[in-house]
Amino acid sequence: MNHATTSPATAFSNHAARQAFRRRVVYPVFMHGLMILGVFVVLFPLLFAIILSTQSSADWFQIGNLVPGTSAAHNYTTAWERASIGRLMVNTTIVAVLVAGGKIILSMSASFALIYFKVRGSALIIGLIMLTHFLPLPVRIVPTYQLLADLRWIDTFQGLTVPFFASATGILLFLQFFRTLSPDLADAARVDGAGPLHFLFRILIPISRTNIGALFLIEFIYMWNQYLWPLLVANSVDTRQVQIGIKQLIATDAVIDWGVLMAGTVMVIIPPLVVLLVLQRSLMAGLSAGDEGIR
Amino acid sequence: MLIAPSAILVVVFFIIPALQSLQLSFYRVNTSTGRQIYVEFENFTRLFNSREYINSLTTTGIFILVVVVFALAISLLLAVGASQPIKGFGIYRTLLVWPYALSPAIAGTIWALLADPSIGVLTYNLERLGIHFNRQTNSTHAIIFICIAAIWKILGYNVVFFLAGLRNIPQDVMEASALDGANAWTRFWRMTFPLLSPTTFFLLVMNTLYASFETFGLIDITTQGGPGRATNLLIYKLYNDGFKNTTLLGSAAAQSVLLLIFVAVLTVIQFRTAGKRTFYR
Repeated sequence: MNHATTSPATAFSNHAARQAFRRRVVYPVFMHGLMILGVFVVLFPLLFAIILSTQSSADWFQIGNLVPGTSAAHNYTTAWERASIGRLMVNTTIVAVLVAGGKIILSMSASFALIYFKVRGSALIIGLIMLTHFLPLPVRIVPTYQLLADLRWIDTFQGLTVPFFASATGILLFLQFFRTLSPDLADAARVDGAGPLHFLFRILIPISRTNIGALFLIEFIYMWNQYLWPLLVANSVDTRQVQIGIKQLIATDAVIDWGVLMAGTVMVIIPPLVVLLVLQRSLMAGLSAGDEGIR
Repeated sequence: MLIAPSAILVVVFFIIPALQSLQLSFYRVNTSTGRQIYVEFENFTRLFNSREYINSLTTTGIFILVVVVFALAISLLLAVGASQPIKGFGIYRTLLVWPYALSPAIAGTIWALLADPSIGVLTYNLERLGIHFNRQTNSTHAIIFICIAAIWKILGYNVVFFLAGLRNIPQDVMEASALDGANAWTRFWRMTFPLLSPTTFFLLVMNTLYASFETFGLIDITTQGGPGRATNLLIYKLYNDGFKNTTLLGSAAAQSVLLLIFVAVLTVIQFRTAGKRTFYR
């Protein structure tokens, strides 16, 4: 290409140079412009919320005022205290980690058993677990709530977590991944005298790292963002979840204090965002690996 | 031993409650006396004769359609753009995934601010264009409002899956077609789009489920079904009938059963077309 730009200005090389310029400069710059616009539109509401969380009502009454205010400390501490955000974050973290961890352990052990021991009736068991896909919470919500009331699990962490432990998502993810591994792997381990536990911990878990990371990310965010179930079964501050805390920030004011509300909102977004940023690579790798297994 | 915990949980928390829903849908329940009367299909016929339910059904249908179409189109566009092999584009891939961390309730709260009738920056600018936007009094505006918040929330999730799908398209295939002289537009429709169709289809089903069920938090925190019953989606009505209004337990169960049929149809379609693809939320 260098050659084309420095050669005598024949019509042809001019044309080639123009094309190269277009391909290497104009197109990328144009695309960068488009993407910056796209990203800005997608992230603007979030940016706006962050700015507003620093403003006093005098600031945000001037509509469209994008200058960060000086009320950040006041807004964040007010939101923190009024909705007991700290407590709710602990509650929600307990639930999200328990469910994500529980799902990983349960679904990994089940799919390990199905693959390694060649269980009889495994098709039936897989079918049974697949059934959970037909049955999202809304289609069984009244009886499930009744069951929890009978178990005296209302306002407990059991009530918030146990109904979520069974995971078709996890079992399918691991089954699919384990199937892509050569069956020789288990046989080789057996020949080497490795027991099933040794095989599980020394071989299977280490090579499943990205899948475990992906599943943790998906389930953590899913649980962090739960709303309907916590609204029904977690009424006391000892078990209340963050999303319901946001609702309380709105409900407690006759006139909404937007600065305080946005401060609460920003705080609630941070934990899942951190998990997302840390595990994003695992998620992408896990998803891609899963797809290779199908081809 | 290793499978039993999963199997027991599925039976106790999924299969038995679902069967109870089915059973309950044939009864009229008096919660104060605890009496249950077998009424055959009365709960179902009442639903289909109730203007409120039909209204909720139509609104939900429109809502799902708008959310799914726009969420898929916008996220596909963003993902294809961000996956161009141009220097520095990694940053866009990271930033565009951020909305995945949002919950429907948070998305609703932030858009409630932007579209607030008195201090919202969006309402203010629409007013200057001569559009009087008020989501609290105007039914159409309220539906548009929940559609926008719902679409925004799901963009990050869709972008993640589209990016992963795009990464799986072999680069040499694209290069070969570029050498054949196909321009970006033909390349997209002839190569990228078909090769991406399993991802698109998977997201189509997941977004439909999302719009039907997960948007509860968005409704509850913003419109609460209003104004009037303009945004009273099926899931919100189910919650009100099942937990707020205790004489309607049988009706709520019948609504659950109808949702079950809807989900079952979706799932069967997904299995038929997508084979053994993994499901993610």
